[in-house]
Amino acid sequence: MLKLKNAALLLALCGTLNAHAAEPATPIKVGVALDISGPFATIGAETRDGLNLAIGQLGNKLGGVPAEFLQTDFAGNPEQANQLVNRYLQRDKIDFFTGPVASNAALAVGPALFAAKVPYLSSNPGPSQFAGKQCNPYFFGLSYQNDTYDEAAGKVANEKGYKNMVLIAPNYPAGKDHLGGFKRFYKGAVKEEIYTKVGQIDYAAEIAQIRAAKPDAIFFFLPAAMGINFIKQFVAGGLKGIPLIAPGFSADQDIIQAVGEPMLGIYNTAHWAHDLQVPANAEFVTAFRKQYEGRYPTVYAAQAYDVVMAMDAAVREVGGKVNDREAVLAALKKANFKSVRGAFNYGPNNFPVQNYYLRLVEKDAKGQLANKLVATVMEKHQDAYVGECKM
Amino acid sequence: MKRAPGWLARSLPWLLLLSLALFPLLAPSLDLDYYVGFIRHLLIVMMAATSLNFILGYGGMVALGHSGFVGVGAYTVVALVDGGVTSAWGAWLAAVAVAGAFAAVIGAVSLRTRGVYFLMITLAFSQMLHHLAVSLSAYGGDDGYSLHAPLLLGVGLDDAHPHVLYWVVLALAALLFTFSCRLAVSRFGYALRGIRDNETRMAALGYPIYRIKLAAFIGAGAVAGLAGALLASHNKFVSPSVMHWTESATLLVMVVIGGLGRRWGGPAGVALWLTLAEVLKLYTEYWRWPMGLLLVLIVFLAPKGVVSLFEGPRRAG
Amino acid sequence: MDAIFIIEQILNGLGYGLMLFLLAAGLTLVFGIMDTMNLAHGSLYMAGAYIAAQVHQASGSFVGAVLAAIAATVLVSWLLEILIVRRLYPRDHLAQVIATFGIILIADDGVKALWGPSPLLASMPTALAGPVQLLAELPYSAYRLLLLGAGLLVAAGLYLLVNHTRIGMLVRAGASNRAMAELMGVRVDRVFSFVFALGAALAALAGALMGPISAVQIGMGEAILIPALVVIVIGGIGSVRGAFIAALLVGLVDTAGRAFLPPLLRAVLPPALAADLGPALAGIAMYLLMAAVLILKPAGLFPARA
Repeated sequence: MLKLKNAALLLALCGTLNAHAAEPATPIKVGVALDISGPFATIGAETRDGLNLAIGQLGNKLGGVPAEFLQTDFAGNPEQANQLVNRYLQRDKIDFFTGPVASNAALAVGPALFAAKVPYLSSNPGPSQFAGKQCNPYFFGLSYQNDTYDEAAGKVANEKGYKNMVLIAPNYPAGKDHLGGFKRFYKGAVKEEIYTKVGQIDYAAEIAQIRAAKPDAIFFFLPAAMGINFIKQFVAGGLKGIPLIAPGFSADQDIIQAVGEPMLGIYNTAHWAHDLQVPANAEFVTAFRKQYEGRYPTVYAAQAYDVVMAMDAAVREVGGKVNDREAVLAALKKANFKSVRGAFNYGPNNFPVQNYYLRLVEKDAKGQLANKLVATVMEKHQDAYVGECKM
Repeated sequence: MKRAPGWLARSLPWLLLLSLALFPLLAPSLDLDYYVGFIRHLLIVMMAATSLNFILGYGGMVALGHSGFVGVGAYTVVALVDGGVTSAWGAWLAAVAVAGAFAAVIGAVSLRTRGVYFLMITLAFSQMLHHLAVSLSAYGGDDGYSLHAPLLLGVGLDDAHPHVLYWVVLALAALLFTFSCRLAVSRFGYALRGIRDNETRMAALGYPIYRIKLAAFIGAGAVAGLAGALLASHNKFVSPSVMHWTESATLLVMVVIGGLGRRWGGPAGVALWLTLAEVLKLYTEYWRWPMGLLLVLIVFLAPKGVVSLFEGPRRAG
Repeated sequence: MDAIFIIEQILNGLGYGLMLFLLAAGLTLVFGIMDTMNLAHGSLYMAGAYIAAQVHQASGSFVGAVLAAIAATVLVSWLLEILIVRRLYPRDHLAQVIATFGIILIADDGVKALWGPSPLLASMPTALAGPVQLLAELPYSAYRLLLLGAGLLVAAGLYLLVNHTRIGMLVRAGASNRAMAELMGVRVDRVFSFVFALGAALAALAGALMGPISAVQIGMGEAILIPALVVIVIGGIGSVRGAFIAALLVGLVDTAGRAFLPPLLRAVLPPALAADLGPALAGIAMYLLMAAVLILKPAGLFPARA
């Protein structure tokens, strides 16, 4: 009896050993640093959902080669992101990196990844540093450059004929960058530029300032909880009559879902929309809504999905030989994948040259609040920092 | 009943130091390279925790703003590097001095209060420093600041070499630890503990209470500044999040779970807390609640910290 | 900058102050009477906000949602008290801080497991969603007026409860001398349980009312806990009256810092410096106020304990 059991065990063991032998010695390793807790938890969750959808569709493979996606939370703390990347590099020996939501985390982990020659495909942040002076062949700003949404919004403001505007953003460098991007294209007068505390809860004082300034419209960049607080209080304060324009992050599905009706009528700009007429996009949105209880995807989920597809295409291009980094870089740069935003091309600084669209928060056929694509604002637009990049 | 510690207990710290010193040499062959950096980080945080344990455990000063001094140290290095300084020792010494100066001012004000008021006023000052760093656009504000050029350590070495920095950190941590142990059993250390236990009596005995507490506070702040400076060299990156209030709270938590006023309390707490976080995050995104549960359990089952579980009947010094 | 603008900003400051008071009242009550520092108060606030949002969404009744949030949170707090907090009463503040910090960590993960990481939809009752015309030139959020009213009611209610009822008398007796009160036949443990439940109810009320004008998400408790702690420290720990006055002070100072400081700095400083300094100073105004108060009065404005 005992013997039989042992034999069975041995057989089973052989079975698993054989199964391993069939696969290549080491799978491709992708390090994902997630913001699944901390200030950007919502966006981090969207990123994860987008990644996992693509990973599932590819059957845990990249370019047909088995791949392992290491996903670890770093709670939105750039120092912790740094430590996590060191673990990915030295312990897990990753071949690709992606994940962080915020620019500060991207800037913190970039140098170590570049030194180790590991391609970093950004699933969201596109800091101006990496688009300009500190551009690097190992960084791919697959999403957008931070200022471009705002540049598109500035152009929209001109087209709508707004002459006097109030701009509002949190008091940190990204906030100033975003308002700077808006002012680069907006030609009217800036009545007031308000910088608020990071993580502010109460916006009554700012709303009173806005009322006193009597602007034609307001441009606001307030991500995550700050945006939710602001819009709720803005509408309750009776300023609904003043139009709001925002970069897509301040009016995406995550915010809409938390704020509800007061979001109606907010104009926002983005390089993607769930109703963008591209075959790959229709497939993505349908699959996403099927997998995640009918929820509309956000830009973050769409970008994360694209990141995995871009890796997949590059690995296929080099025939699975990911150790040949030069070839991988060239393959990534070709971007020979079906992006959910349509045709995809990088500029010389590895940031996309792409279209930007105007979206409007409306109710869909079933009464669900969602962004609706209204117009194309910019075609084949390139960021303002490409000239500073020597690569 | 006080027994003299056996030869094993006496040589244990030396064995630990020796194995830590040898670790980087063995790590490559064991494929443990990453853990050189990990332990380096632990050692740096242990310095900050030990300094906090000194004022908290021996001085009874419950400060919830200690990461503010860590941040001051880190930003001093940033400011000097930005200004063109290349000497590591110079930058680190300056960090110690600047953090000490901040601690002098903040301590002078805060030590007028006690108990929860002291806790809150130290928190307030570190929050101010945090807001200041977020708004400092010259050093990257909330984006943080990347230190690209290595800092020179002399004799042809710099802090970019992972092993060299590891040994420097280890040596500094060992020195600091020895010093804090000696200080705890010095006249100053006993005076501080006396103040913690009975301030009125110590005042009656003629001790300058306020000055002794302030001196301890300044010293702890300066050491935290050193930890911050080393952290800047370790990460090659500094951002305001090093002085977020949750970092102060975590330091406090690590000291308490390790063992308040016990010489191994700081190091043990840091090692336990950070290793647990590292391991849990490997397996689950729900890594917070087990750590929360650990805190509750320690408060009830090992109120004197995990170190106390390993102590015999002896009272720790 | 006209009179209307200044009036509106004062109103805003008072409004924000009363919001903080809603949370601080429970905190200072538990702290003052039981000498227990409960950081998990923020978690109870979060629980209130989540439950209210969920019930409001499902039932459509805002009042029902607020009541359900209070009831459910009190139930949770009762369990919390029996299992953990009761054992913390005799311990020092540090042990209380550590254990309740542990509860925060557990609560954050618990909420994530139940509701997911995304913020929850919390809307206003339709009747109060718009503004009301306070003066000819001054529309003001009806919902904020509700918050103002709620804050004032809570303040008055607590004042009456503590100073003019039998329960209040027992509470004060238990707080000032536990051993003596027990000798006289007061069941101090029951009194403490009552106070803790009352504190939880206030936290839940604050969370339920704040939900519609802020993000209902994980970590919302920690974000507002710090200003609430500042309030009770300025007021003098344990003093409801102190917390009330301090909350209004903090609200006014914080609002003034945001509304009036940046234009003032721009008038006197070079623009680049003013742009950096203005928001930084506005951000730390509250802490400066606290430091200033504690320098002059090291135990807050109205110290409750000798």
